[in-house]
Amino acid sequence: MHLQKAACAAAALSLFAAGGAMAETLTIATVNNGDMIRMQGLTDDFTAKTGHKVEWVTLEENVLRQRVTTDISTKGGQFDIMTIGMYETPIWARNGWLAPLDNLSAEYDVDDILPAIRNGLSVDGTLYAAPFYGESSMIMYRKDLMEAAGLTMPEAPSWDFVAEAARKMTDRENGIYGICLRGKAGWGENMAFLTAMSNSFGARWFDMEWRPQFDTPEWKQTLTFYLDLMNEAGPPGASANGFNENLSLFQQGKCGMWIDATVAASFVTNPKESTVADKVGFALAPDAGLGKRSNWLWAWALAIPTGTKKEAAARQFIEWATSKAYLELVAQKEGWPNVPPGTRASLYANPEYAKAPFAEMTLKSINSADPLHPTVKPVPYVGVQFVAIPEFAGIATEVGQEFSAALAGQQTAEEALAKAQALTEDAMEAAGYR
Amino acid sequence: MAREHSPRRKALLTVAAWTAGLLIFFPILWTILTSFKTEAQAIADPPLFLNFDWTLENYAAVQERSDYMRFLWNSIVISGASTLLGVLIAVPAAWSMAFVPSKRTKDILLWMLSTKMLPAVGVLYPIYLIFIELGLLDTRAGLTVVIMLINLPIIVWMLYTYFREIPVDILEAARMDGADLRAEILYVLAPMALPGIASTVLLNVILAWNEAFWTLNLTAANAAPLTAFIASYSSPEGLFYAKLSAASTMAIAPILILGWFSQKQLVRGLTFGAVK
Repeated sequence: MHLQKAACAAAALSLFAAGGAMAETLTIATVNNGDMIRMQGLTDDFTAKTGHKVEWVTLEENVLRQRVTTDISTKGGQFDIMTIGMYETPIWARNGWLAPLDNLSAEYDVDDILPAIRNGLSVDGTLYAAPFYGESSMIMYRKDLMEAAGLTMPEAPSWDFVAEAARKMTDRENGIYGICLRGKAGWGENMAFLTAMSNSFGARWFDMEWRPQFDTPEWKQTLTFYLDLMNEAGPPGASANGFNENLSLFQQGKCGMWIDATVAASFVTNPKESTVADKVGFALAPDAGLGKRSNWLWAWALAIPTGTKKEAAARQFIEWATSKAYLELVAQKEGWPNVPPGTRASLYANPEYAKAPFAEMTLKSINSADPLHPTVKPVPYVGVQFVAIPEFAGIATEVGQEFSAALAGQQTAEEALAKAQALTEDAMEAAGYR
Repeated sequence: MAREHSPRRKALLTVAAWTAGLLIFFPILWTILTSFKTEAQAIADPPLFLNFDWTLENYAAVQERSDYMRFLWNSIVISGASTLLGVLIAVPAAWSMAFVPSKRTKDILLWMLSTKMLPAVGVLYPIYLIFIELGLLDTRAGLTVVIMLINLPIIVWMLYTYFREIPVDILEAARMDGADLRAEILYVLAPMALPGIASTVLLNVILAWNEAFWTLNLTAANAAPLTAFIASYSSPEGLFYAKLSAASTMAIAPILILGWFSQKQLVRGLTFGAVK
């Protein structure tokens, strides 16, 4: 009897083992950035642990967005895991396109994920995409130029201080500009920055009835402040500058301050790429005394489209790639500064990681962003530097073109705001919000 | 008979042609140069022209990260097969339009061309859904068919123009000698139109090689050609210009070499109908 039981158990176990060993090949769509590329290099660890193989489809961010949107909206089933952002996650989850990531293992410790990031990737309390890395925005500044201007950067400066410092640091003859900010049109370019900035001035995209708010004094103040600052202390041709252009300017020592993604901190402090690597300081993005700062919140996250036949293996991959063990694996192979940042509280509690000069400020920036309450007044939407509705990307890119044209001197702030108001009203009416 | 040119005029024309040529080639040259720089040198201001430390590290990085040969093979298969298939369909079509035109031939030609005026993204969803139904997503076969269809109007138009220059009397003479339709096309028309067919094939291989909408939108891991290879190195959040340049150089090198060796036919093909 005993033997029989044992034999049965053995048979069951071997069946289970065989089932577990059934190797799948996962197709994963992802973006081209340093952390993702590093993950591709470490895939062997996942294959060794689970037996599953991985095929990577790496694409430029905007190409990827179009590619995966086409696939998921038609149930094309080309990808078992998609890399998506905070903008897509709530929209797609509401459409029923994403498998909920509940029942994650205890070892995974979902409560370790930073609350701001987790909220941005959840709908009604259910997580739909697991964060691979998170970012906010902050001020990166040149300590030497700040000192030469006779100023000390506080940890949490105001816009007035930033403007004063920018003007004092500007030395056009030597090609040094006090501040570099995004000016290139696009919902993920200048509008990410300006929407986050407008939050600190108390502006919002829509009121609770979905009325566009570009005709309010708060928006006028935001845009006027930005244009004046850039005209007096910004680099020439700023209306064409996005993240990469400003990164290049900053690395060559041409910017006194740069307010942009926290992920840039590891680039500007890397002596291999940056001529000012040892002179960079960090501070929280500025505020205007209204209780909200002008930093954004973003995460690249891994999600499973509903309908994939390999959901179990896909879950295993996501648990592997966004786990604490993965962070340790990267640290062990490439060092702590190369660990994907901004997702887990335990990472920031780690004394090894805290040595990175940007670690503390990144965490503070992420924690000070709230996607559910992005600005001073109440809003009907989720998102700090975006509005998580499908129409936003199109509308904001058009608004961004108006603001970029104002920065290029082709129109005034008033004209740009009036056009932004009109086109947003039209689009929202056409989309049935009003 | 060629027109006489004074030496002065000739020199001027030569200088002008070289200037235009170098101006057009410069972005490609710059891409190639950048691919040998470090990422920091790639964004240096003022830009470095030749006085930098040449390095192969970008090529090594690209090789390590991507399976270049797989992308290359997909590009070769898709551009080759789509062109071949297109020519097989277009030769009979162009024959009938050139030698036995009907009242509607002109309209049909214009209608075919009009399909090129529709933005590709307008039919993305219908094509995507059809591909899902037929199981053609991320297959070389599916992509071959789509690219063939996209280039078919151009192939037909080009062949039609060449065929029109062939005197119909010669074909009639062949017929009088007892040649059937197959023999007429294979042994009389094809040899005479060979230069035209060659330049059509070359131009369409290049167009298919460079096609970057459908090749990106209908592929994933298996059938992705070199356009997807390039797209995987572009990044809005990070300065990877040197690596992107290395990837671009590797993607355009085969077609650039092909173009270099066949430039005579290509020029004929590109300027067809311009000088009669």
